[in-house]
Amino acid sequence: MLLAPAVGSLFLWMIVPLAMTLYFSVIRYNLMEPGAHAFVGLENFRYFVTDPSFGTAILNTLLLLGSVILITVVLGILIALLVNEPFPGQGIVRVLLISPFFVMPTVNALLWKHMMMNPIYGVLAQVWRAVGLTPIDWLSDWPLLSVIIMVAWQWLPFAILIFITSLQGMNREQLEAARMDGATWLQQFRFLVLPHLARSIAVVVMIEMIFLLSVFAEISTTTAGGPGDASTNIAYLIFKQALLGFDVGVASACALFAVLLANVAAAFLIRLVGKNMDR
Amino acid sequence: MDSTSETGIKIALAIRSVAAWLVALLLFFPILFMLLTSFKTELQAIAVPSIWVFAPTLDNYAHVQERSDYLLYAENSFITSVVSTIVGLLIAAPAAYSMAFFPSKRTKGILMWMLSTKMMPAVGALVPVYVLCQSAHLLDTRFALVVVFMLSNLPLMVWMLYSHFKDIPPEILEAARMDGASLLTEFRHVILPLAMGGIASTGLLCLVLAWNEAFWSLNLTAANAGTLAALIASYSSPEGLFWSKLSAASVLAIAPIVVFGWFSQKQLVQGLTFGAVK
Repeated sequence: MLLAPAVGSLFLWMIVPLAMTLYFSVIRYNLMEPGAHAFVGLENFRYFVTDPSFGTAILNTLLLLGSVILITVVLGILIALLVNEPFPGQGIVRVLLISPFFVMPTVNALLWKHMMMNPIYGVLAQVWRAVGLTPIDWLSDWPLLSVIIMVAWQWLPFAILIFITSLQGMNREQLEAARMDGATWLQQFRFLVLPHLARSIAVVVMIEMIFLLSVFAEISTTTAGGPGDASTNIAYLIFKQALLGFDVGVASACALFAVLLANVAAAFLIRLVGKNMDR
Repeated sequence: MDSTSETGIKIALAIRSVAAWLVALLLFFPILFMLLTSFKTELQAIAVPSIWVFAPTLDNYAHVQERSDYLLYAENSFITSVVSTIVGLLIAAPAAYSMAFFPSKRTKGILMWMLSTKMMPAVGALVPVYVLCQSAHLLDTRFALVVVFMLSNLPLMVWMLYSHFKDIPPEILEAARMDGASLLTEFRHVILPLAMGGIASTGLLCLVLAWNEAFWSLNLTAANAGTLAALIASYSSPEGLFWSKLSAASVLAIAPIVVFGWFSQKQLVQGLTFGAVK
């Protein structure tokens, strides 16, 4: 009974758009041709599956997801270990480290696009020149990598904070005992720290997966998916079809596929997190 | 011998502190650079190599206010994020309560299903939601944004509250019930005090997420209900070439939530761990 409002509203939130999307996906619905809503069956699906952009978009989505998770987990653990023990200014360092997480994606994207990655005036270009290299035109030459850097910058603080919290709950006597027994730093890490962090790694992976499957603002404000489809992910492809191509039918078919992808990811998560969360 | 190992420890600490500071400054650098740029003139902003010492100017901030009504956008951001968070908590709390204390076979399934709705790219629902808002004359209203923000944060809220409620020993609730506490008293006098930290952190996170939300505010609003995220996007080009004005607008957009985040970071992290990190 108490569940009703939450389940009900979420159900509506999901089912109404889903039903409409289903309907749109089997009709011919182009915003440039009003009134023409003929039933076309699976035509829209055939169109986007054979569209070469589609494969690229799936690959880009997975690349973005995988590399950001990898970067944030690995660097997150290392940085968390670095700042875990007390040192002068620890509080300020923590505040500095968490800040990027609160920067809104649109600001993040513009900041990196213009001030960091601009090939002439940008900070990175200056650094490249300072060490004697030719500056890179990030957004044109490495569009997907650029997006990955921006997104990773935003989510690294999140991972760091979760790992710091987890490390602080570690049993110090256990570590002390291991050190007494002559365990090397690597052994301590491998057999004590890493198992302790397992749960928080699962949490980081889960949350990031939820948010990274649908990265949008960083792409639309910087590369607009380009050049070509080089940095188009599924979310941006649907957007391109629907609002730039005016083809609601194809966009809806693609959206249904995205829903499917989300469910596959969810099933994967149930296995991953279910194991770690059962108490 | 004692003194040498002591100096060794001191050196190790010094190296670690320096490394930690370097990493922190490196991660913070883009924000710092933007903050500095917002006080430069346009010419100083694109100087190569970058200028670090200059006479600060407030012209850019004046320009932002002149070009668009900053306060209106800030007000929209504030109202939509706060209201959507409060309404969301009111809906999520009872659901989390019943799942945490009266679990059934389907509880885990329902939780996972809720989370999977969150993974669906918002674009998938864009056209239907846009059409619905249009036919209900809700486009460019705060109401529409509140509803959408609330719904998209609801799964996370239920999840987080659920894991915090689960931390409350059921014996305490049973004892309260034995003493004849009604559902409402039980909630107010037992659960609320015990889970206050969890509820607060859930609210904080959703507040941050709603404030930074860009997709829906870009697509569903215009001049009336636009949030700060939408205001910034309007600076993307060609004004993106004017670094210091862009920076001033960006600083104004992120300052409230970043400062807010600094003060609440401890609380926030506790909530984010889903009770999994002890």
